[in-house]
Amino acid sequence: MCGIAGYFGRGVPPDGANALLRQMGAALSHRGPDADGIHADGPVGLAHTRLSIVGLADGQQPMRSADGASVLCYNGEIFNYVELRDELTARGHRFRTHSDTEVILHLYEEKGPQFLEDLNGDFAFALWDERQQRLMLARDRMGVRPLFYAEHEGTLFFASEIKALLAVPGIDAAMDPVALDQIFTLWAPIPPRTAFSNIFELPPGHMMLIDADHRSVNQWWKLEFPDRTEAGAADVPAEELAALLDDATRIRLRADVPVGAYLSGGLDSSLISALAARAVPGRLHTFSVAFDSKEHDESAWQALMAEALGVTHATVRCGAGDIAAIFPKIVHHMERPVLRTAPAPLHMLSQLVREDGMKVVLTGEGADEIFAGYDLFREAKIRRFCGRQPNSTRRPLLFRRLYPYLPGLQQQSPEYLARFFGAGADAVDDPLFSHRPRFRSTAAAKLFFSPELKDRLAGYDAAADLAAQLPADFARWHPLHQAQYLETAFLLPGYILSSQGDRVMMANGVEGRFPFLDHRVVAFASRLSPDVKLRGLCEKHVLKEAARGLVPDAIIDRPKQPYRAPESAAFTENPGYLDEMLSSQALAKGGLFNAPAVEKLKSKVLHQQATSFRDNAAFIGILSTQLLQAAFPPKGAESQKTKED
Amino acid sequence: MSEATRTDIRTFIIDNFLFGDESQPLPDDLSLIDNDLVDSTGILELVSFIEEHFEVKIEDADIVPANLDTIGKIVAFIDRKRVH
Repeated sequence: MCGIAGYFGRGVPPDGANALLRQMGAALSHRGPDADGIHADGPVGLAHTRLSIVGLADGQQPMRSADGASVLCYNGEIFNYVELRDELTARGHRFRTHSDTEVILHLYEEKGPQFLEDLNGDFAFALWDERQQRLMLARDRMGVRPLFYAEHEGTLFFASEIKALLAVPGIDAAMDPVALDQIFTLWAPIPPRTAFSNIFELPPGHMMLIDADHRSVNQWWKLEFPDRTEAGAADVPAEELAALLDDATRIRLRADVPVGAYLSGGLDSSLISALAARAVPGRLHTFSVAFDSKEHDESAWQALMAEALGVTHATVRCGAGDIAAIFPKIVHHMERPVLRTAPAPLHMLSQLVREDGMKVVLTGEGADEIFAGYDLFREAKIRRFCGRQPNSTRRPLLFRRLYPYLPGLQQQSPEYLARFFGAGADAVDDPLFSHRPRFRSTAAAKLFFSPELKDRLAGYDAAADLAAQLPADFARWHPLHQAQYLETAFLLPGYILSSQGDRVMMANGVEGRFPFLDHRVVAFASRLSPDVKLRGLCEKHVLKEAARGLVPDAIIDRPKQPYRAPESAAFTENPGYLDEMLSSQALAKGGLFNAPAVEKLKSKVLHQQATSFRDNAAFIGILSTQLLQAAFPPKGAESQKTKED
Repeated sequence: MSEATRTDIRTFIIDNFLFGDESQPLPDDLSLIDNDLVDSTGILELVSFIEEHFEVKIEDADIVPANLDTIGKIVAFIDRKRVH
């Protein structure tokens, strides 16, 4: 796992190339603390910071191919590199190193850009083809590894994180109002948009080819589901799934350093830990985060699972004050506003891993998306059920079963429950039906947008924008698969794998590996009948059956508890930066939020009265936006400040 | 009495759910749910306010949109409660 950066074009003077590449690389040193390297030649420049995991002694990058025709700068892991290497060797290729990096160079030499389909892994890379004078940028299927780019004076710059692009003179971080509206509605910007104007991300499953005359961006992989008229098999292929997950976990244990695992206390990470513990008996280390607040804490389940597996287990305890203390740092790493504090404890967790001397962990991420684990999937099913009998006073009571951890809902009448969830109100053929209540309740936080920002947005509708970008086949999929698509193709890379994943893990030089996101597992899950995944209101049915015998029944059958952290309650002790970030001067300078309204919200938070979803999302969203602007001030403002100083 | 009740309810909603923003019209028949002014916890905040401020006791069965979803309905509900 590493950081990459570079450029293509004639905008970088030859005598300044090395210095610029070193500056871009330095901005990514946390991603690759073990080594660094650069390559500058003609129109192309590549910078690499390395976290050594595979091929410790001979995997330095940028790496040139044996024939000298191409140079690779790569972030990620190819988990099937052993098999690929054997196949390539059998076809006559000769290897000079033990790294997975060299496998990519050989595959490219043989197949050109089409080789991507052979890879089972998480990656983002830049590959310079000297013969064709062409640069190839590519990103893995699910969006585990990031890749951003920006163009300045005809030269394309790219990097694993935006902060490396900001090392380029002339590239600036200006908040994109449309991105802000998307985040305050959908939780994430719609790719290729990022939080900043004129800075883009290469979307998951996409590649870019660029030479002196052309630039093309193409999707090389996409998530697909069967047509809803195709009857899926009714049987539950638990054994087949267990075998597939076993292999997905096995190849993700490949490393020249020890691999640990996260243990949340839920089914997904428990199953992955169980598979890993079986593969490396007596050697697995597991890691958990525990919360001081009872409603968020799962340490009893974590302890139960750790004991059942006999692993070496470590826990970091997170108090509300801890979240507030590290939140500015987290925002700097995430490079985008967020509406939840959940990334902060995960940063503490990756720090624990690093302090334990490890730099690779397996996690259970992805299972809730591909096997329909989230409450939202059940919620959508109940909303459709209620919609068929709008006058029923019993059907809306099912909503209470979904959210036992939300006391406010338990006290509501059936009439209110139906209204809150829009049961019967939303059109069932709306492509965003499943997500409408979430998008509505999130968008309510836009109440705090300043009049100027509202004017600039001029009635922009983020949900309509998302709906317009759905694939052509989407309308033919089963409603559960439509909801799964939105979670897996959009929110997973846009929030879970980025803000809660790569960015807070790589902040501590820790690589996350996700067996559920092995593309074979994803394809297997997407082909399953909806009823095999969400049986009645029982989520992840097939996965639970696959886990029997590996994970204690108590964990398989426990009520699902989504990972959450204290939200605005984390800030009630008023951390030092709060007054400054939310001052009327700072808000006026940013120009994005209504200062008097934010002042009232802040007061509500400090008096521990901000309990609604809307208030919490608004507070965290506003605070993270303000912190982001402070972390990446416009360069004009910086130089002005220097002059004044 | 209803006019004073209406004023107090409006003030509470503007302060608590609109954070002082009076730029949007808030007619008596505007649905608080359909316009995303309150969610499930917001309703409980509203109920607590009515109980404490108007000194009326609200039963669980009273917490329905028919009583609490617009300013007009809230005012009528409080008036009825007081009569009883």
